[in-house]
Amino acid sequence: MIATPNKVGQPIKRKEDPRFITGKGRFTDDIKLPGMLHMAVLRSDRAHARIRKIDTRKAEAIPGVVKVLIGKDIVGAIPPLPCAAKNAEGNHWLAGVPMNVPDYTALATDKVGFVGHNIAVVVANDPYTAQDALDAIKVDFEDLPVVMDPVKAAQPGSPVIHEQFGNNLVFNVPGGPSPEAIAATEEALKNAQHRAHIEIDNQRLIPMAMEPRAAVADWDVGRENLTVYTSTQIPHWVRTFLGLMLGIAEHRIRVVAPDVGGGFGSKLNVYPEEYLVVHCSRLLGRPVKWTNRRREEFTNTIHGRGQVQHIDIGFNSDGTWTAMKAKLYLDLGAYMMALTPGIATFTVVMMTGCYKPKAYCFEQVGVFTNKMATDAYRGAGRPEATFIAEKVMDTIAATLKMDPTEVRRKNYLTEFPATPPTGLVYDSGDYNKAMDKAKQVVGYDALRREQQQARAQGRLMGIGVCSYVELCGVGPSFLAPPGVGFWESCTVRVEPTGLVTVLTGISPHGQGEETTFAQIVSDQLGVPMENVRVVHSDTDAVPYGNGTYGSRGIAMGGQAMMMSIDKVKDKAKQLGAHMLDAQKESMTFDRGDIYVTSNPQRKVTLGQVAMAAYDFSWKGPGTAPPGVEPGLEATSRFEPSNLTFPFGTHICVVDVDKETGEVAIKRYVAVDDCGTIINPLIVDGQVHGGIAQGLAQSLYEDAVYDADGQLVTGELLEYAVPKSSMVPHYETHHTVTPSPVNSLGAKGIGEAGTIGSTAAIFNAVMDALAPLGIKHIDMPLKPEKVWRAIQKAKSA
Amino acid sequence: MAVSIRMEVNGQQMSGETEPRMLLVHYLREKLMLTGAHVACESSMCGACTVLVDGKAVKSCTMFAVQADGSKVTTVEGLKQNGAYHPVQEGFWEEHGLQCGFCTPGMILAAVDLLQNNPNPSDEEIKHGLEGNLCRCTGYQHIVNAVRSAAKKMQR
Repeated sequence: MIATPNKVGQPIKRKEDPRFITGKGRFTDDIKLPGMLHMAVLRSDRAHARIRKIDTRKAEAIPGVVKVLIGKDIVGAIPPLPCAAKNAEGNHWLAGVPMNVPDYTALATDKVGFVGHNIAVVVANDPYTAQDALDAIKVDFEDLPVVMDPVKAAQPGSPVIHEQFGNNLVFNVPGGPSPEAIAATEEALKNAQHRAHIEIDNQRLIPMAMEPRAAVADWDVGRENLTVYTSTQIPHWVRTFLGLMLGIAEHRIRVVAPDVGGGFGSKLNVYPEEYLVVHCSRLLGRPVKWTNRRREEFTNTIHGRGQVQHIDIGFNSDGTWTAMKAKLYLDLGAYMMALTPGIATFTVVMMTGCYKPKAYCFEQVGVFTNKMATDAYRGAGRPEATFIAEKVMDTIAATLKMDPTEVRRKNYLTEFPATPPTGLVYDSGDYNKAMDKAKQVVGYDALRREQQQARAQGRLMGIGVCSYVELCGVGPSFLAPPGVGFWESCTVRVEPTGLVTVLTGISPHGQGEETTFAQIVSDQLGVPMENVRVVHSDTDAVPYGNGTYGSRGIAMGGQAMMMSIDKVKDKAKQLGAHMLDAQKESMTFDRGDIYVTSNPQRKVTLGQVAMAAYDFSWKGPGTAPPGVEPGLEATSRFEPSNLTFPFGTHICVVDVDKETGEVAIKRYVAVDDCGTIINPLIVDGQVHGGIAQGLAQSLYEDAVYDADGQLVTGELLEYAVPKSSMVPHYETHHTVTPSPVNSLGAKGIGEAGTIGSTAAIFNAVMDALAPLGIKHIDMPLKPEKVWRAIQKAKSA
Repeated sequence: MAVSIRMEVNGQQMSGETEPRMLLVHYLREKLMLTGAHVACESSMCGACTVLVDGKAVKSCTMFAVQADGSKVTTVEGLKQNGAYHPVQEGFWEEHGLQCGFCTPGMILAAVDLLQNNPNPSDEEIKHGLEGNLCRCTGYQHIVNAVRSAAKKMQR
C-alpha cells in the first residue's frame, strides 16, 4: 500500500486529454509519409466457396495502380498465420487436447471460409484509386455448403468446412477438469434435492472500437529497417511476429502504436493486413498505408462471445448449490486467430463465480463455422462465465421461491484466499460487503415492496442482481500462450534536471495510464505530475512489454513501475548518503527529500541527487561513491504470483412495457471492488463504459449471420451499438479490498462493468417477466423478442 | 477532372482543387491536414467526422467537398480561441468525457451545435441531442456531465 496518498486516490483530470479535445491526437490514419502508397483489400462476399479463378488484369490497368497481389503471390513470403493457442505438440495450450488448426493465409488461395476473407490486395497512389481497382477484380467462385450453427456443425453428418479434418471440431475437451470430478459431479447431481437444466445462447458480438484497424509500414531501403505504425494493443508482440513470420531481423523492426481509438480485445492479434502492408512496403520500397473501412471491420476483425451453453445443476432445498455439469459449444469461426480456441478456458475456470458448489465438471466443444473468428472481447470468457453462475443463482431462487440476494449469500465463498472447485485461488474478497452496499444504495427491500404493488397493478417491474468475480492483472506467464509472456516491464528514469521519464511495456489506448502512472510517481518521488512523462507503445523507446488487455495496466504495468521506483529511491539514498557523508542505511527517502533519519536538516533533494548522478564529478580521484554507476534509473520486470480477482454486485431495476416489449432501465447501481483506486474519475469511466457494453449484449447487440453466411448486421445501421439515448444513469460505488498480489493492492477495472452488467440487466428483465411464467429468452432482449414471449405466455 | 473550390475554414480563406467525388472529410484531412475529423463509418452513423458547416453540425463523411464550396467550416482545430479552450472542450477535459479520444472531436462539435440551439439542456435533451454520435468507451455519462458543465459555463 502507498503510505501517504496525495495524488493517488484523487479524481485528477487526464494528462492525455489536451491533444484529443483539440483534434491533435495522432491516430494511425492521420500519419502521412513522403511517397506513401495506399493498400486496399478485396474481401470475399461468399461465406464458403472454392476460388476457381481471379482476374486482376482490369485492375492492374487502372492508372495509379502500382501493384495487385493475390494468394499465390505471397506463398513463401507470408507463411500461414500462427494460432498462438496451439503449442509445439499441436495441442491446446491450456486444455492439453489435440487441436485442428487449418492454414490461415493472409490472402486466400484455393477457397474462402467466411464473408470478409481476404482475396487480393491493391496498392495504388491514392485510396480512391485503390477502391476502384478492387471493384475491377473479378473472382470466379464455386459455392460450397455453408455451416453456421455450432451445435449442428458439431454433429456427424454436417457438411465439413475443412475436409482434411473429417469433421468440424477444432478441439474437444470431453471431460474436464478430471475423470474424478466428472464422477463426483454425476453423483452429486443424483443426490441433489433439486435439479435443473439450463440452455443459454450467449450470442456473438462485434467489438466495434471506434477507430477501425489501420497500419502504415515504412521500409527504409537504405538501412533495411522497418517502422510500422499500427492500431494495436500489443506493439511488442506485433514486432516479434512480424520478424518471425516475414524473416525480418526483429531488432530492425520498430513498431509504434500511436493513439489507438479503442481496442476491447479486438486489437490483440497480429492481423493478416499487418503482414500484408509490411510485405507491400518491402516489395515496393515505399511507405504503404492501409485503413479498414467500417463494413470490412465488421467482417474481418475478431468477434466475441459465441457460446451455446448447456448446464445441469443440483441444489438443495435450503438454497445450497451443490453441483454443476456444463457443456459448451464454441462458435469459433472458420480460421483460428491467436487466442480463438482459448477464450472459453476463462469461462470454464470462472463459471462457478463467487460460489462454492462442491462438484463441477465441463465439456468444451470448439466448432468451426463459416464466420469470422471469435477471440478476446471485453471480459473474454468471464462475461460468459458470470452469466452462467448468475443464471444458476436466479434459477435456484425462482425454484425455491427464495430472495435472489439470499441465495447468493448462502453460496458465497467467504474465506480468502478462496479455493473454488475450478482450481483457481481467488486472492482476496468480501462478497457480502459489496452485496450489502449495493442493496443499501438501491434500497432493495423498499424496491421489492414497490414491485409487489406494481405486480398487483399488472405492471412488469423487475429487479436484477449480479454478483461477479473475475480474473484480472493478466497474469502469471504460465497462463500465456507459447512464445509470449504475461509479465510486465517498466523503466523509471530521473533525468539530470530532475524530470521523470517512465517507459512502460503496457500499451494504453484510452485507459489513462499517462495520468495514473504520473499520479503514483508524483506521490512516490515527490515530483509534480507535470514533471512526469509516461512513454509507451514504441518498441524503440520502451523495454519489451506485453501490452494492454485483461485489465492489467495498473496491476501489472503499475507494479513493474513500483519496483523500479523502489530501486531509484534506493540508489538516491545511496547517492544522497555519499553527498552528506552519511551511511545509506541511516537515510530516509520521503517525497523527494533524502535526509539523515536522525537529523532531517541534513538533506538533499531528488533534483540535487539527480544532477550529481549524471555530472558524477566528485571531489577528486577516489571520491566517487564506491560501487555506484552514474545515472539514476532502474528497469524492472514483474512476474506475478497469481491473477487478481476483482468482484462486485450490480443491481438493476427495469420496467418492461407489456404492450411493446420495450425494456426501460429505471435504476442501475454498481458496486465494484477493484482494490486500490488510483483515480476515481478514470475508474468510474471504465465502469460506465463497461456497463454500456454489457447492456449492449443484454438488450441490443447481436452479430447475425443469415443461412447463406452473410453478416446481416454488417453496418452500424443494423448492428445496435448503444447511443447516448439508450443508456441509463449509472450509480457507481466501490468497496476496497486490496489485492495481495502486488504492492499497489490494485486488481483492475477494465472489464468488470461488462461482466457485472450483462447478467444484472438480463436478470432484471426475467424478474419482470416472471409473473407471466417466462423463464428464459436468449439475449439480446430486443422489444420484438420480449413482446413475442409475452404473447406466447398470455396465450398459454 | 479537378474542380476549384473555396471555403473559409476555421476563419481562414482556403482555396484548392479537388476531385468532385472527394468527401469533405477527406478534403479536410488530406488536403488541409486537419486530421481532427475522423473517418469511422462512412455512412453518417457514428459522427466521428462531425464538423460545423455554416454553423451547423454535419457528418463530413457523407458530404462532398464540392458541396461545401463557398461555406464556412469549423473543425475541432478551430474551437480554441486566443489560446483558450472552448467551454465544451473544457467540459470534456474536466468531466473525463473521453477515453480513447477518437470520437471526441465529433462529439465536441455536436455538443457545440446542441448548445447553440438549446443553451440549457436537460440530461435527457443532451442524450437525445448527441445520439448521432457514437462513443464506445465512456458509456456517455461523463459526456453528458461534460455538456452540462459547458452549458453552465457558457451561461455565465
